Amino acid sequence: MKIKVFSYNRLNTPIHELSGLSKFICFLLLTFAVMFSYDIRVILAIMVFSFWALRVSKIKYSQIRLMVIYVVIFLLTNFVISYLFAPEQGPMIYGTHHEFGHIFGRYTLTWEQLLYQGTKTMKYASVVPLGIIFLLTTNPSEFASALNGVKVHYKAAFAVALTLRYLPDIQRDYNDISMSQQARGLDMSKKAKLRHRFKNALLIIIPLLFSTLDRIENISNAMDLRGFGKRKRRTWYAKRPFRRADWVAIGITASIFVASLSVSIFVNHSRFFNPFT
Amino acid sequence: MEEKKKLFQFKTSTIVAVGVGGAIFWLLFMFVKVPSPIPETSFQTAYGIAGFFGALFGPIAGGLIAFIGHAISDAVQYGSPWWSWVIASGVTGFIYGISFKFLKVGEGKFGVKGILIYNAVQIAANAAAWILVAPILDIVVYAEPVSLVFTQGAIAFVMNSISAGVIGTGLLAIYAATRTKEGSLNKE
Repeated sequence: MKIKVFSYNRLNTPIHELSGLSKFICFLLLTFAVMFSYDIRVILAIMVFSFWALRVSKIKYSQIRLMVIYVVIFLLTNFVISYLFAPEQGPMIYGTHHEFGHIFGRYTLTWEQLLYQGTKTMKYASVVPLGIIFLLTTNPSEFASALNGVKVHYKAAFAVALTLRYLPDIQRDYNDISMSQQARGLDMSKKAKLRHRFKNALLIIIPLLFSTLDRIENISNAMDLRGFGKRKRRTWYAKRPFRRADWVAIGITASIFVASLSVSIFVNHSRFFNPFT
Repeated sequence: MEEKKKLFQFKTSTIVAVGVGGAIFWLLFMFVKVPSPIPETSFQTAYGIAGFFGALFGPIAGGLIAFIGHAISDAVQYGSPWWSWVIASGVTGFIYGISFKFLKVGEGKFGVKGILIYNAVQIAANAAAWILVAPILDIVVYAEPVSLVFTQGAIAFVMNSISAGVIGTGLLAIYAATRTKEGSLNKE
């Protein structure tokens, strides 16, 4: 159960050089562009762009292998069960019915369904590189200042920073408690039945939770004593100043965002791209 | 010195509770779960933790714990958060936290009445999030098939209610038993 949460390593690429705030703004702009549009051309264009950015940021495949596997499994199951639940969703959206095959019963194969499901899969897949780039090229200490930069209240931003700070601690505590319980004879290995292992995992939560509650008191007292939360604003140690590259990056992604919206409004006259009518 | 409980206060302890609680939520969300027969849903013990923290620290803590924990877990597993379900998680945690106003777990009181209130709030929260928010966001953003998302939503509703009900109630009862009750000291 060892997992390195954010394998951030410092490299000299243009994307690493951007400030956390501008990367976060770019990430949000592109994500919303993809979430709004249902035009496969727009989505593929953004996908090409984000894979290009992935290359520029020199992220190695070994760093993201696990995520890629999870995403592929997710996309495949989503593809299959979407079809099982609603084989006529595509024709319903596009209003036409071009059949090119028939499996059995209501399960026909239509070009509309293929376009709809293909677009949806791309829509899910295209945000993945964006998230990966943001996570792996941003110093975790910069997250909080980036969130605060987009007007998230600094107390909420600080809570995110604290969560990131405590992920490894909680993981270590969980392992420690698990070891000591196993030393007392609690079976957590594969030999135990799944039901028992699940119950034993729950038994670990209780001491974990209670030691945590004590810790909350200690930490918040320490923060209060240092005057945390007295003012309406605060400054950040890990904040980077805005440079020209930051404005360029925001400019590029903002124009992609606007382009995606205008394709929907002026070209397709709806969120969906409809080549069938 | 009865301090009046404010539902939406944002004290330092709330922030720290979010930080540490979010980390526990994340841990359980990633590792302590049982997959269900319906694809893309599983029995998440993490919602019991969200219920526990919500009842102890209020809606802001509950909401942020579930939101941040779920978002980080998605980011680690899939590279990017799936916003529709992350937002629904946040809604769940936020509504769980409303029970904070009616409970006195911190003073060691969590009797039958407390259990009923906590579970009523918890079931309402899960219904709002998984039968309304999550499916509707999925339909609006991804144009997912209506029948699919409502089936998934209904399963998530049942499983998360059981998780928050059984695990959350159990943890709260254990916690209440460790607290010193008000007026338990008598002058002789």
